[in-house]
This record gives sequence, C-alpha cells and structure tokens, in this order.
Amino acid sequence: MSLLYVAKRFGVFLLIVWLAASLNFFLPKLSGQDPVESKLMQEASLGGYVHAGIEDMAKEYQHKFGLDRPLWAQYLAYLSDVSRGNLNFSIANYPRTVAGMIRDALPWTIGLLGLTTLFSFTAGTLLGALLAWPGAPRWMRFIMPPLWALHAIPFFLLGLVLMYVFAFQVQVLPIFGGYSAGASTGFTVKFVLDVLRHAVLPALSIVLVSIGGWALAMRGMMVTTMGEDYVTFAEAKGLRSATIFTRYCIRNAILPQTTGLALALGQILSGAVLVEVVFGYPGIGALLFQAIEENDFFLIQGIVFTVIVALGFATFLLDVLYPWLDPRISYRRT
Amino acid sequence: MLGYIRRNASLLIGVTLLGILAIFMIVGAFTIDTDNAQPLSAPALQPPSWDYPFGTDRQGRDLLAVMVAGTPLTLWVGFVAGIIGVGVGSVLAFTAAYYGGIADTVIRSIADIGLTIPGLLVLIIIAVSLKGSLTVNQMAIVVASLAWLNPTRTIRSQVLTLRERGYVEIARLNGMSGPEIILRELMPNLLPYLSATLVASISGAILAAVGLEFLGLGPVDSPTLGMTLYWVQFNAAIINGWWWWWTAPLVVILMVFLGLFFLTVGLDEIANPRLRRSA
Repeated sequence: MSLLYVAKRFGVFLLIVWLAASLNFFLPKLSGQDPVESKLMQEASLGGYVHAGIEDMAKEYQHKFGLDRPLWAQYLAYLSDVSRGNLNFSIANYPRTVAGMIRDALPWTIGLLGLTTLFSFTAGTLLGALLAWPGAPRWMRFIMPPLWALHAIPFFLLGLVLMYVFAFQVQVLPIFGGYSAGASTGFTVKFVLDVLRHAVLPALSIVLVSIGGWALAMRGMMVTTMGEDYVTFAEAKGLRSATIFTRYCIRNAILPQTTGLALALGQILSGAVLVEVVFGYPGIGALLFQAIEENDFFLIQGIVFTVIVALGFATFLLDVLYPWLDPRISYRRT
Repeated sequence: MLGYIRRNASLLIGVTLLGILAIFMIVGAFTIDTDNAQPLSAPALQPPSWDYPFGTDRQGRDLLAVMVAGTPLTLWVGFVAGIIGVGVGSVLAFTAAYYGGIADTVIRSIADIGLTIPGLLVLIIIAVSLKGSLTVNQMAIVVASLAWLNPTRTIRSQVLTLRERGYVEIARLNGMSGPEIILRELMPNLLPYLSATLVASISGAILAAVGLEFLGLGPVDSPTLGMTLYWVQFNAAIINGWWWWWTAPLVVILMVFLGLFFLTVGLDEIANPRLRRSA
C-alpha cells in the first residue's frame, strides 16, 4: 500500500518535470521570436553596425543548433537533452554551459532558502500554536500584529528597507553579494563567518515576512482543532492541559500546516528570487536577473526548468514524509 | 453596521488605507500633470521640495507624477488579473466540487500541480518570450494566466463543505438543475468567502505584477510602481543615499498590500464567524 503511494507521488513528480520541460519548450515558440537571431541583432546593434549577412549568419547558427528541424523533432531532442541534464550553452557567456552556471549558483539559494524556510516555518508554527493557547504569556499578543502586518509585504520590499537601515545608515552589515570581494574562498572560519554576515539581511527579509503567515495559519487551525469533540473529551477525562495542548491540538493542527508548506514553496521561491536581486546574492535569483538583462534565453530556460524540478522534488519529499505525520493518508485513495 | 465596523478593526484599517490611496489617485489625476512622469520633465535627483513634494529621479521624472500615473496602472493589472482569476477559478471550483467525478479529479490535480510550480518563473518565461511588446493590459492577461490556481483550490474546498447541506438537498429534490443550484443556492452562501478570495487574489496578482516589473519585464514605457523600483535598483539609489526615490513607491506599495491584507482579514471574519471568538 505504502509503496503504491510513493510510486504515485513519484509519478506526479515526473509529470511536473515533463510539464516544466514542455512549458519551457513551447511557450517561447508561441511568440515566434528566434533567440539566436534576436541575440545576434542585439549584439549587432550594440556594435552600432548591422552586418548585411546577419540573416545568413542566423540561418547557419539555426542549423547548428538544430532550430531548422520540424517542431516535433526539436521537442524530442530537447526532452532527451534535458533528461540527461544537458541544458545547452549560455548565449551571453559562451562557452560556459547553463548547467554549470546553475550548479555554481544553486548551493547559495538552497542554503539561504532552506534555512530561512525551515526556521520561519518552525518558529511561526510554534508561535501560532501558543497564540491559540489560553495559557500563553501576555507579551505574545503584542508581537503578533507587527508580524502579521509584515506578512502582507513582499520579501524584497522589506529587503530594500533593511538594506537602507542596516547597510547604509548604520553600516553594520554588508550591502551586497554573498561574500566579500577578494575573500579567499575555502572552508575556513573567516570565510564562513563572512558568508554568514552577508546572509543576515537577505535571510531576515524572508524570515520576518514569512513567520507571521505561518503563525496566522497555525492559529486558525488551532482554534478549529480546540473546538473538536475529542478535545472536550480529553478535558473531561482530566488530562493535563499541557498534554491536551501538545498531543491533541498541535498534533492535529500541524497536518494542514504541512500541506500548506508544500503549497507555499513555489511562492516562497518566487519571492526569494527578488530578494537575491536586491542584495546581489549570488544564487539562482540573481543569475536569473542577469540572464534577463543579457537576454540569455537558454540560461533563463535552464534556470526555470531546474527550479521547477527542484521544487517538484521538495514537494515529493514532503509528500513521502507526510504519511509518517498522518498515518491515515496512505490508506486514503489519493 | 457602524457598530460592527468598529468591532471589525481589520476591515476598518483596510478600507481606510485603500480609501486614502483612492483619494490620492483621484485628486492626483485632476491636479497633477502626469506628463511629468516621463523622463527629462524635471531637474534630476531633487530631494523633496515645495515644487517636487516627492522629489525627482535621476532621469528627471517628477516622482509625484510617477506615483499618480503609476499607482492606477499597477492596481489595474492586479484588478483585471484578480477578477479573471477568481472568475475562472469559481467556474472550475463549482464544477469540480458540485459534480465531482472525473471533472473534479482533473481540475483538482491541475490546480495542485500548478500550485507547486513557482508562478513568477512561469510568468518570467512568458514575459521574456513576449519581450518588447508587452502593454499594461497584456501584462494583466499574463498575470491572470496563473491567477486562477489558488482560487480554484480554496473555493472548491468551501463548496465541498456546502454540497451536502440540507437546503441543497431540498433544492435538488425540488428539481432544480445543477447550474441553478450553484447560482441560487451555493453562490449566495459563499459570497462573503468569494469576496475575501477576490481581494486575496487581487493582492497576489499585484505582487506578481510588481515582481515582474521589478525585474524589468513589465511594460517598459509605463511608469508603474514596480518599474520605478527597477530604476531604483538599476541606479543603486539606496547606496547613493537618494532615499526619496524609493520612499514614494515603497510607501504606496506598502499601503496597497497592507490595505488589501487587512481587507481580506476583515472579510474573512465576516465569512467565517468562528474566527471572531478568538479575537
């Protein structure tokens, strides 16, 4: 039963991968724009001189890149390339491959996003649970409204404000990048500290915004759970209120919260892309921005594909872990 | 009614914030010359003064005029995309939840899978493919292309809780057809919930639009709020100490999001009275 569940979830993951690849392939075709020709034209106009033979040149490149073949042949070739992790060359940074550039940027994003999401989810969920508990300390009521208001703000706007306050006005934290320019990269204490210092502001702009949302959702679930009959029954049995709170209320309220996490990953990532742009953080988001600025179509495609696949995989992992949280799930038909 | 608004503080805050913005836009539209939102219409990089209350940017745009011209553009994208999103989403959600079966499986799966894909990235691919030709209205359509996923999911789960209620059963026994039951029995009961969903989805659409604009993928020749922030980033206005350049768009965007957020919370409270207990 459980194996079938995992297999089904993995099927959904493969479906997402295929969808991402197909989106990537077909959406640009719809516009009828030709990445090679538009790049050549752009280069030519930058040089202030449009070559007479540029059409022929574009044709030659199209032949080389296989863009003159029928659509279905291109599609199959694209799928087979992608399945082997070959995401083509970067147009603006030839001879670097898209896969290589993404490989350099990915650890930064995974580090920043993984840690901030884990932290804000855990802290927010605990806060939300405590808020619904009658025995919660009074001061919590006062920190929540600001956190909720922050929750309504896009990550990157908070990033701009934090940058102004802590990197321009007070100048306690670095304003730009993932590590100091000229720092010797290596696994030394100095470098690690430097990286952490650079991560503080981007991380804060994600955490401060996210935490309120998780708290808000958890509080809502807790209020519903605490009204359930089994909680009243537990009270009637004379269980300690702490036991009821953790084993009955939190235990049940955490289930939809985890589903929420799986659904929110995409949104969190969309927001983090912009945060990276604000702080010039050397992750996927900044790379994507650079690719957009340079009109590097293959790089944009590669990044979008990689990110969708990575998120699909994260969702798959959450799905597989979910029955462990909620034993009912593997028996239900999904 | 007034008494209720006094108790529902979130609704009051939301309406007030959005009201101030509306007054700003309306008064601005009649008194400010929005031609000054174009480059070279004012001296560059003036801090706020009597002549230029919000200051001017490096290309010589009067930021007050930019705000007056740009705020409605950004809101318009959000409204159009949000309304399309909730419209399409409601149709799909009601169909899925009321009829069930294969339609439900297909619609639910598409919405669930679609939601795990980061919307901004798909929008980026679309916008890049169309680059250079994007107008404000096309931008709204682009954003709307993904805006129906969330409403579909949330409205569907609400309809499911209503479907088996007694009055729906009675309507069915009375010989009402499916669409009739959806329109006359289910819709009115979900109206508060639908409006909360609408506000949330407008807010989401504005977020997506501002994000695209901030990356330089919006309508390039329109002075939208996100585009202003794109120029702020492009010219490193923060490091250079030109604080007024980003303060104006920041405050306006904050008011938009906070206003919509508090409005959603307020409407949620009307739609779901159970939340009131804990307040």
